[in-house]
Amino acid sequence: MATVSIRAARKSFGSLEVLHGVSVEIEDAEFVVLVGPSGCGKSTLLRMIAGLENITAGEIAIGGRVVNTVAPKDRDIAMVFQNYALYPHMTVRDNMGFSMKLAGAPKDLMEQEVQKAAAILGLGELLHRYPRQLSGGQRQRVAMGRAIVRHPQVFLFDEPLSNLDAKLRVQMRSEIKELHQRLKVTTVYVTHDQIEAMTMADKIVVMNHGNIEQAGPPLELYDRPANLFVAGFIGSPAMNLLRGSPGQGGFVTEGGALLPMPTSANGAATIYGIRPEHMRLAPEGGIAATVQLVEPTGSETQVWARVGDTTLSCAFRERIAARPGDEIRILPDTGLVHLFDAESGQRMN
Amino acid sequence: MSVTTTTTGPVWVRRPAEQGWLAKLFDWKPFLIVICLLPAVGLLMTFLTYPLGLGVWLAFTDTTIGRSGQWIGLENFEYLLEDPLWWNAVFYSVFYTGIATFAKFGLGLWLALLLNQHLPFKSFVRAVILLPWIVPTVLSAIAFWWIYDPQFSIISFLFVEVLGIRDTNIDFLGSAWPARFSLIGANVWRGIPFVAISLLAGLQTIPPSLYEAALLDGSTAWQRFRYITFPMLLPILAIVMTFSIIFTFTDFQLVYAITRGGPVNSTHLLATLAFQRGIPGGQLGEGAAIAVSMIPFLVGATLFSYFALARRKWQQGEAND
Repeated sequence: MATVSIRAARKSFGSLEVLHGVSVEIEDAEFVVLVGPSGCGKSTLLRMIAGLENITAGEIAIGGRVVNTVAPKDRDIAMVFQNYALYPHMTVRDNMGFSMKLAGAPKDLMEQEVQKAAAILGLGELLHRYPRQLSGGQRQRVAMGRAIVRHPQVFLFDEPLSNLDAKLRVQMRSEIKELHQRLKVTTVYVTHDQIEAMTMADKIVVMNHGNIEQAGPPLELYDRPANLFVAGFIGSPAMNLLRGSPGQGGFVTEGGALLPMPTSANGAATIYGIRPEHMRLAPEGGIAATVQLVEPTGSETQVWARVGDTTLSCAFRERIAARPGDEIRILPDTGLVHLFDAESGQRMN
Repeated sequence: MSVTTTTTGPVWVRRPAEQGWLAKLFDWKPFLIVICLLPAVGLLMTFLTYPLGLGVWLAFTDTTIGRSGQWIGLENFEYLLEDPLWWNAVFYSVFYTGIATFAKFGLGLWLALLLNQHLPFKSFVRAVILLPWIVPTVLSAIAFWWIYDPQFSIISFLFVEVLGIRDTNIDFLGSAWPARFSLIGANVWRGIPFVAISLLAGLQTIPPSLYEAALLDGSTAWQRFRYITFPMLLPILAIVMTFSIIFTFTDFQLVYAITRGGPVNSTHLLATLAFQRGIPGGQLGEGAAIAVSMIPFLVGATLFSYFALARRKWQQGEAND
């Protein structure tokens, strides 16, 4: 168990700088998810923690010890790779026990540790199999087992679920979360999937273009995104972000819709953000909108509605019978509106 | 939602095209099979099966040049078993193949590992490595002939004139053992590129993440080679080795161009001895018997590679990735 401190870490490949001074503090036993679009530098940062990439500038400390020049094997970390990186010529048992074998551990101790990890992950029946003979989810578990056997101070996961199908992904997501609660090992988890980030993390670090956009607990990021990027990235379906300007009686979008302004606004916000699930159906009053498209998912109904030339995505808990072309009346929940400055992208309320 | 389709006016219907007899013939499967197979089968029969069959048949006759022979059964082989020159060629063929293969794989694997690293001018170096293989064998044989020349050898020059280690020129090809090793040296030089490039291709199929995983598992460089590179390279190593053994055992050009089997028949391989007996010597039957006597060795080497090295358990199972 250990804390991980990343202080002003920079990484350059040749003349190309991919991380521009990133700082993150990770508490002991915390589950931190690095999330961002591909190419944002999240995997590079993870590989720098692992020691697979050197650190161009700044510091990374694990358990208070600066590891910039420490060899990967001496950092006391274990990593689960995106493609699992299982040794194809070794059985599950040998894969999981490989690190102990290299360390010269006695055979019976190795067997004991492997059995213990296999029991945790439900791999007991598969120990004699080769990776080829396993399904995707089983391979994923073996990769985790290999990490568990080492009793590391920090677990690193590099997009571990991206090769699995949707159903298995949800299942493995909860298994990893459960495993973390059981072992209480500091975990850094990289993904591009914001749902994974929201559901698993104690703390989410949103990255973009080699910078940290915002770091904090999942719901804080959801409720108070610090800038336009986080607002657009976190949440599914994505937040409506509408350009315009505050005018008489509300916010006038470029498309000509008039939306109610929250009272907390300071300064002249130029982007109006409202999550689809914070749009309400108004029995009377509200804004008249024309339904363009209806997508029922069972638990909610997603509606694309047109106000003037502005299209708003709305998600209603209630089932509505509207058809494309129908007119409905909608109203944003004024208390949950996010205002941003278009130029700086920063939050204004 | 309801779908209604209304049809008005004449409907265009595609009419099946009339087929001529030629089109019908080409649609007839047995005819197609024969047509498609004919070129390949013809080439194989003419250039592979016929010469091989003729060779095997000749081995059981006493044919000489200019006189068609009689069937004499195993007489040629019985004679060979008592022929010290044949035994000598068997010994040297096995020795030549063994030592050369060992050296080629040792050096070739080392070179492949080296080329798999990030080197400056990597692609240029790789191209240069291939050169010995691209040069026609006879040309490189002539080059080696010069390198091994008793008077003008560059190696002798280096030792005698430049380094001053020796007083006399080295006698590379004048006596039996130096000649044997000199030929092995030339063969190794020629064979390394094939091994190195093939193994390099094999190395590049090993995912880098395996090495990263092993690095995190705490492996040393030697352990990564021992537990990851080598076992994962073994299947391709087996195939390359099979080919290499076959090519080396049946080698003809290098030996014939450099020593012609001399001095005193000490460097005859089975292939050169077969040619020597059959064509310049005129004893076609006996030459063919020598050539046929190579087959058991080759089959043995192939079976060894195939069963001992080629297919591993971990490669089996469903190929679902």
